[in-house]
Amino acid sequence: MRSLILSILAFTLVWFKGDNHLYDEQEPVFAIIDFPEFERMADAKTGKIRVFNFWATWCAPCVKEMPYFQQVKAEDEDLELIFISMDDGRRPERVTDFMKRRNITSPVYLLNDVDYNQWIDKVDPEWSGAIPATLFVKPNGVRSFYEGEMTYEELKTMISQLKK
Amino acid sequence: MKKLTALLLFCVMVFSGSSVLAQDSQGYKIGDKASDFKLQSVDGSWVSLSALRNAKGAIVIFSCNTCPYVVAYEDRMIELHNKYAAMGYPVIAINSNDDKLSPGDSFDKMKERSKDKDFPFAYVYDKTQEVIKAYGGTRTPHVYILNKEGNDFVVKYIGAIDNNYQDASAVTERYVENALADLMNGRKVATSTTKAIGCTIKWTKKAE
Repeated sequence: MRSLILSILAFTLVWFKGDNHLYDEQEPVFAIIDFPEFERMADAKTGKIRVFNFWATWCAPCVKEMPYFQQVKAEDEDLELIFISMDDGRRPERVTDFMKRRNITSPVYLLNDVDYNQWIDKVDPEWSGAIPATLFVKPNGVRSFYEGEMTYEELKTMISQLKK
Repeated sequence: MKKLTALLLFCVMVFSGSSVLAQDSQGYKIGDKASDFKLQSVDGSWVSLSALRNAKGAIVIFSCNTCPYVVAYEDRMIELHNKYAAMGYPVIAINSNDDKLSPGDSFDKMKERSKDKDFPFAYVYDKTQEVIKAYGGTRTPHVYILNKEGNDFVVKYIGAIDNNYQDASAVTERYVENALADLMNGRKVATSTTKAIGCTIKWTKKAE
């Protein structure tokens, strides 16, 4: 319930901001979600390779690799990039402030469910729970998972392998 | 020439061995015997499993100074030690982060943190990262409950402390306490592995 109210609040904030800057660039999407909502996103068929990067504002290796993800996404129309934040759901402003400061243009969803043992294996059984970690979903629904920091080159290689 | 070949072969073996370690990081599974270690604690003493007095086991927690999840759990780690050390299961917190990559996790900073929080448990530095590699720890905090059987320390639980890092009063599953209760009552540990989001270990970069 709390997460629903927060999501509505966050959504409203984004909405009003967007309204005030009609001629500005569109504000990036931010919302607080629960695990079933994440699963719906991961299962959605969009015809593109979807990249779900798990990160947090306080995680140095995550913050380091985010520009590479945004760059690879900018260079490739077949990609959809979604950042899944593990930040504290009670402090969404930490994420939205970070997005402005670091120019995050891809959608960010804060997955607000701290009962981690209930869902980590559902993302991928190989995931130990350390972040950064990235889930790749091919258009046909086949998943690949990578735990750890990625360089621009590693990410490029991964994407080209997924396209084979 | 023979020597050179042997040296090359040795290098290849060492290199492939270490990359296997870094990639699969399997480490211990439930029922494995944990190897002993000898690591220095913040008070200058050296800590090893075999030297624990009156121990029935140990609560080994891969920890650090800089991870918000660890910070959220520090008070609960203190409570665990205060409750279970007297029953034979002391907490041993091990920091394995490379202090070049994470200066906040240096041995001096560990001493400061331990003093500020008045840690009642040993807080030791695994500078070479050999211990965490042997265990297979991947994140902080990452708990391994060991049970002493003869002279062996057998791994009985691997995972999280409980199921709510944000709010200790909202916890519904006390994984570590439940596992210890099972052990002390001679039962099989019902939930022997759990997962949690945690901070990745700051692994020392391999020399090029």
